[in-house]
Parts: sequence; C-alpha cells; structure tokens
Amino acid sequence: MNLEKVIFAFFIIFAATLNFGFVIGEIDNPLHHHVWEFFAAFVVNVVATVLKFGDRTQVGATHLATSLVAVLQLTAAALLWTLAPAGPDGMIGAATMTGIVSLSAGALLANIVSVVILIVETTLQRR
Amino acid sequence: MSNAFLVALRRLRAPIILLVLVFSIGIVGLALIPGTDAAGHTWRMTIFDALYFMSYTASTIGFGEIPQAFNTAQRVWVTLIIYASVIGWAYLVANLLTLAQDRSFRTVLEVGRFRRQVRALREPFYLICGFGETGALVGRALDTLGLRFVVIDILEDRIQELDLLDLAQDAPAMVGNARVPESLIAAGLTRPECRGVLTLTNDDQANLAVAISVRLLNPAVPVLARAMSREATANMISFGADHVVNPFAKFGEYLTVAIQSPGIHRLITWLTGLPGTTLKPAPAPPRGHWIVCGYGRFGAEVVRAFRGQDLDVTIIDPGEPGLDGLRVVRGLGTDAATLDQAGVRNAAGIVAGTDDDVTNLSIAVTARELNDGIFTVVRQNLRANHALFDEERGRHLGRSCDGSAAGVSRRRRAGHLASRDERVRRSGLSRRAVPCRLSGDPS
Repeated sequence: MNLEKVIFAFFIIFAATLNFGFVIGEIDNPLHHHVWEFFAAFVVNVVATVLKFGDRTQVGATHLATSLVAVLQLTAAALLWTLAPAGPDGMIGAATMTGIVSLSAGALLANIVSVVILIVETTLQRR
Repeated sequence: MSNAFLVALRRLRAPIILLVLVFSIGIVGLALIPGTDAAGHTWRMTIFDALYFMSYTASTIGFGEIPQAFNTAQRVWVTLIIYASVIGWAYLVANLLTLAQDRSFRTVLEVGRFRRQVRALREPFYLICGFGETGALVGRALDTLGLRFVVIDILEDRIQELDLLDLAQDAPAMVGNARVPESLIAAGLTRPECRGVLTLTNDDQANLAVAISVRLLNPAVPVLARAMSREATANMISFGADHVVNPFAKFGEYLTVAIQSPGIHRLITWLTGLPGTTLKPAPAPPRGHWIVCGYGRFGAEVVRAFRGQDLDVTIIDPGEPGLDGLRVVRGLGTDAATLDQAGVRNAAGIVAGTDDDVTNLSIAVTARELNDGIFTVVRQNLRANHALFDEERGRHLGRSCDGSAAGVSRRRRAGHLASRDERVRRSGLSRRAVPCRLSGDPS
C-alpha cells in the first residue's frame, strides 16, 4: 500500500461524494442544498485537480481533464450563487437554485467519470 | 501543454495544495465567526466576502476590515490565517526558486525550446552532430553560404561557443548525445526540410551510430561521416553512409598529389576551398626523400599515401611501428641526432605529425636548422595554438623567402560544403578535415 495512492483515491472519491450529496434533493428547493456542502465540494475538487497535475500518461491526462471540467462547472455555480439577488426572506430564489444545482450536477457527472477511470485503472494494474 | 509546464505543476503540487487548504480553512473560519457591528447587532460574512478578504490578506495587499470593522474574535482568527498564508506563499516561492535552478528542469526547458526552434525552420537545413573544431568550421562555411543548420553536441561548452561564432543565423543547438536516436529526431532528422547529416564527432563509434540511425530513420537523407580509422570507414560504408571522410588519409592523399602534380592539387584547393578564401601562391612540396615524424593515425596514413606513390620515406617514432621494408628511426624527432640518423640533411621534406603541437613545432625548427631548404609540413592539433604556428611560419618565411612565396600555409579542414561547384562539392564532400598546415619554402 502506498500512502500517496490512498490520498489520491481519497480525494477523487470524496469530491464525487460531496458533489453527490449537494446535488441530491429537489432541484429548486434551497433547503435541500446546503452552502457549506457546496463549499466543501468545491475545495475538495480543487485539491483533487492539483493532485492530478503532471501525470504525462494518457489516463493521467483524462483524469486531469475530468477534474478541470468539474471545477469549471462548480465555479460557474459559485458565481451564480454569489451574484444572484437573495429573495425577500433572505433565502435564495427557486430559479437560481435550479441553475446552481444543475451546474453542480454536471460537475457530478465529471466526478463520476473520474471515479470510473480510477477503478478501471486499479483493476487493470492488478492483472 | 508543454513538458516543462507539466513538470513544473507536478513539482509544485504540495505547495499549491497547502495554499488551497489554508484558504479554505480561513474562509470557513471567517464565515462562521460572528461579528458585531457598531449598533451591537450580530453579522456574518458570506463565503464570497470571506474569499475576498482572504485573497487580499493572503497576498499582503490588505484593503482593511470590510464590510465592517472586525471584533476581537475575528481578529484572533485573522492573525492566525495571516501567518498560515504567509508560510504557504513562502513555501510556494521557495519551491519555484528550487525548480528554476533544478538541472533536470532546465534541461527540459532547453530541449523544449530547441524542438520549437527546429520545428519553426521552414528552409532546408543540415544537421551537424559534433561541434568541435571541424563542426564549427563547417557551421561557419554553411552560414557563409546562407544555408541553415542544426547542432547537437555532447558538451555544453561547445554549444555555448556557438554564440561566439558570430553567425548570420540563429542556429538551433542542443546539448545531447547524438548516439541516441531521440536526440536526432528532436534535431529534425525526420523532417522533410532536413537535407543532410554531417556527423563530425571525434568518436568513430558515435559517428557510426549516427550513420545507422539516419539510414533507418530517414533513408533519403545523405550522411557524411568522419572516421579516424580504416576499420570504422569500412564499417560505415557497409551501413550505407554516403560519404566517409578519413581526414588523415585525405591529407596524405593531398600531400602526395601536391608532390606529384602540383597543378591538380591547386585545382582541388581552388574548387573545394572555404567560401571567401583567396587562392594564394603556394610552392609545391618537392620530390625526394621524405621524413615522417610520429607514426600514429596521422603518420600512418601519410606514409601509406607516400608508399602508394613509391616515394622514399623514413619514419621517426618512439614506439615500434613494425613495418615491412621501411626505415624506422627510434626517437621523437625533436633532437638533431635522431633527425640526422633519419637523413634530414639530404631530405626534401619532413612531416611533423605527432599529436602534440609543441613537439611538432620543435621538430620543424630543429629540422630547418639542420637543413635550411627543407620543406616542412607541421600538424596543428589544436586551433588554440594557431598563433604559435603563424609565428613559426612567419619567422621562417621572413628569413628565407621572397614576397611571392608569402602565405604558403594551407589549412586543411572540413570545408567541402563551401565550394561553389555543386558537383565537386558532392564528390569531394570531405576533402579536408585535418587540422594541418603545410609550410613550405620554394628555394
């Protein structure tokens, strides 16, 4: 076992699970999507991206690309959250929430691809 | 993305992750710790406010406490994150500096730049492997003719000397081993613009390896190889090198041509000279008894050429050449006794051909003291000793020659590509590659 590989896999899977946890729920209900979960998903995705830097293999390049896609989607969602005007009760509007969650769902798909690559790669190495 | 950028990112992973974590922890703390405004109400930063504050604080810009003045709890937290982020930046900068000085990283950068330069070449170019004295001379000649070239040499010093050559072009150059096919490909061997490969290293095996690589990787490109021994020459020809030049053998051949038929020698010199050289009046080496000092690679080839023309020759060598039917005098040739024994007083010419410049000069001077009219051929091994040879020749000429015989020296070097006549250039691609000069006296 290699600590570096554990950390690598940990961050990739953690990025996917946090992203999933944020996305799940009714798409337009702000109560189902917590801002701190979004923040955690964002930070973990950034860390996972940095961990993937510098691998020159084809698999490494795909890995990095999926993470870049996820971070880009989450950045768009974060901008939307920051710029959208809050409602009269201080809660975020349903339309905005839908946009944020759907962007995050796109990031989730990229994260799932990343996890699949990780699993396939691991399986192939054992053979 | 270029290789260098990827390598840089890989090395900087740890500091980047540290900074990301410091930022995240700072943002979480700032957004969670409640603040108190002037009226005593509790307020909290949004995540974006916290990111904004972290960004200008961590980068030491410091816009102050916004949107409202902080309370003590917030200031305690900010104090902590300021130190943490400064440490994070310092770690990143230290890593960057280490990376910039890292030898392997710089090699990656240089190779990347070299590849880009070669790729940007849109004109035909020649690939020179080995940029020693011969390579530099060829490079200068190509430059004079307006032809582009690319250089590979295993020594960094030689690549740096390329800048000092004062060329009209910016020739791409790389420190690399020409034996490695990867280097040759990086230098553009497989590109359609590559018109020829000149492998001029002082290592026969390396030249052979280049010749083989070229034959296999780009068979259409002609190869000109330098070989110091007969075995290497045969080997290279069997592997399909288009031209193999043994500089020592060429010199011996030319010397005998100059002795037997000076007119032909003069014609060859004219047709294959370096660009910009003027044909100077040169005395023909006389027929008669010749002495060859030093029976190494050079001496052996000269003697072989002499014998091929049935010229009378005596060898002076400290070792045991073990030759059939040749007069051999043991010794260095720098002392009068040895030279006398070899018959210097009746000799027509002497070839000072050891691999040491000082010895060669000493032989020439001693021989001339014993026989004022002797024709001397002095081998110059190092270009750096140029001044010594010029001085020696000048003194000799001043003493015994008239003006018409001035400038009798001829340097023999790789200057074949410099010829204006395409056919002669092709067939004579390596007429000359020996750092030697003829110094003669017509009297």
